[in-house]
Amino acid sequence: MSKKTRSYVEFLYILPFLILVALMSYYPLYGWIYAFHDYMPPKPISSETFVGLKWFQFIVSNPVRRADVWRVLVNTFAMSGISLAFSWFPMVFAVFLNEIRCKPYQKFVQTVTTLPNFISWVLVYSVAFNVLSSTGAVNTVLTGLGLIDKPIAFLNSKDHIWFKMWLWLTWKNAGWAAIMYLAAISAIDDQMIEAAKVDGATRMQIIWRITFPCLLPTYFVIVMLNLANFLSNGMEQYYVFQNNFNRKTIEVLDLYVYNYATQGRGNYPLSTAISMLKSIVSVVLLFVTNTVSRLVRGEGFV
Amino acid sequence: MFKTAEKRKKHINPMDIQSPGDRVVTVITYIVYAIFAFVCAYPFYYIIINSISANNLSERGRVLFWPMEIHFKNYSRMVSIPGLLQAAKISVLRTVVGTAFTVITAAFLGYMFTRDTLWKRKLWFRFVAVTMYVNAGIIPWVLSMRNLGLANNFWGYIFPMVVQPFYIILCKTYCESVPRELQDAAEIDGAGTLRVFTSIMLPVITPILATIAIFAAVNQWNSFQDNLLLITNRHDELDTLQYKLFQYISQANSLKALVSNTTNSNAVMAGLATAATATSIRMSVTVVVVLPVMLIYPFFQRFFTKGIMIGAVKG
Repeated sequence: MSKKTRSYVEFLYILPFLILVALMSYYPLYGWIYAFHDYMPPKPISSETFVGLKWFQFIVSNPVRRADVWRVLVNTFAMSGISLAFSWFPMVFAVFLNEIRCKPYQKFVQTVTTLPNFISWVLVYSVAFNVLSSTGAVNTVLTGLGLIDKPIAFLNSKDHIWFKMWLWLTWKNAGWAAIMYLAAISAIDDQMIEAAKVDGATRMQIIWRITFPCLLPTYFVIVMLNLANFLSNGMEQYYVFQNNFNRKTIEVLDLYVYNYATQGRGNYPLSTAISMLKSIVSVVLLFVTNTVSRLVRGEGFV
Repeated sequence: MFKTAEKRKKHINPMDIQSPGDRVVTVITYIVYAIFAFVCAYPFYYIIINSISANNLSERGRVLFWPMEIHFKNYSRMVSIPGLLQAAKISVLRTVVGTAFTVITAAFLGYMFTRDTLWKRKLWFRFVAVTMYVNAGIIPWVLSMRNLGLANNFWGYIFPMVVQPFYIILCKTYCESVPRELQDAAEIDGAGTLRVFTSIMLPVITPILATIAIFAAVNQWNSFQDNLLLITNRHDELDTLQYKLFQYISQANSLKALVSNTTNSNAVMAGLATAATATSIRMSVTVVVVLPVMLIYPFFQRFFTKGIMIGAVKG
């Protein structure tokens, strides 16, 4: 078998997988054309249903729609913004966890705080529902201590929903996110710390002057990734936690698109149009943050 | 768990004399982490003890610290809930089939993308890797899957998850670290591309495949969104455990909302009351759904650093 034939034969081996990628990841991009049609399933789209930019104009021209999109954008930005503002939390969590000298205790804390990362949002919601419902542990304890007269509706309320969502996100992810920082901490040169000790540095000084500066490059990448995903905070978390009380403030872009397409009459073209705008902005954000990263660190993260 | 943490132990004696300030920091650290650990662990414990306590006690929130009047009837009763066994079957099936497909694909493509002989190797690698960053959006994706006949179809759980660039890159990097001579020697002995893969590379790269298998399995087991988006025939045989659990909770929640809002008709309430699953059964279902993850958790903890590096590896 000549080298050339072999190289084509090898291509044939991977061809089925490439086709699969084309169908699963590239073909949905072709689905963007629904945004340019009056599509009402089950009737397929054709040249007759083509409406050009009608739906894109509809987003901005219809005042109700405009207000909706604005509200959803505010929710998305608020929740992504809170995550970004507290993105240092896993780093601090890791730094002080590393300070624990009792290794079994350290390991125990790490094990327990990482577990929630591996359960689904549905299970997180189940946990939240069971612990926070009117007969759940939290309300029982608070009533028992006489701190409240009647149970607090933690989940069926719109108060502080952005912050609550951040709390659940942190409950689920902080331990896992800390692992990366722990790995980075273990890569810090011991000689630096030794030298600081010889010079009489206290532990807080070592943390402040050595550990944190050494973690900054990792933190920077996390911030950049956060920015790149600013619009895409996913919908699963918000979908499971949404109810009639909090829907107005919990709906993020992805969830809004889903709700809008599946509830009531179901407007697929408009949802597709919004999806499409979001995807384009996300790619631009990724490109920009990657460039920033390349300028600052000398290498991108993509 | 982290090598350097042990290395450092040699340098710093834990008995080092601490300044008063340091000691305060130490005490606060221990307390704060105890609270963190409690907040993460207690909800699971709470649900477990409630699922095995007397139902009338757990219903009223009386079970807080230890199980009371232990019984396991909730678990035996679960079998008779319509559709639950079927959902469990689907969840297990998708986890097994999905993981197998994902791992084999990652191994094969990871290996193929290291072969210089592959026609347009770089182009195809980029073709696959780019899909990590390009996302059409939920609705276009759903419409496309419908067009492909993957809606209301078991394979809708599998095919979209088969080719995962993250895992492929991981395998590729691992394959690159295997000495080239190993492959060359086999090829001189007459082994073809596929033979080198099955006889030489596959046995060598099993450690990384184990890591990938575990992450892929947890992903499949936890997956909820594809069920929500693709399975539109309600009362369908294809719903997963995650979906069923969510249904039980949201029914219970709407019932609760209705009770607090008495303007709603009694008929609706009665209907919901029969549909809603009792608290204790719901907790038992939660335990069953969480249990597989908890059981394999101790075994895959050692893969954590590798797993987190998946995100750090560049293509």
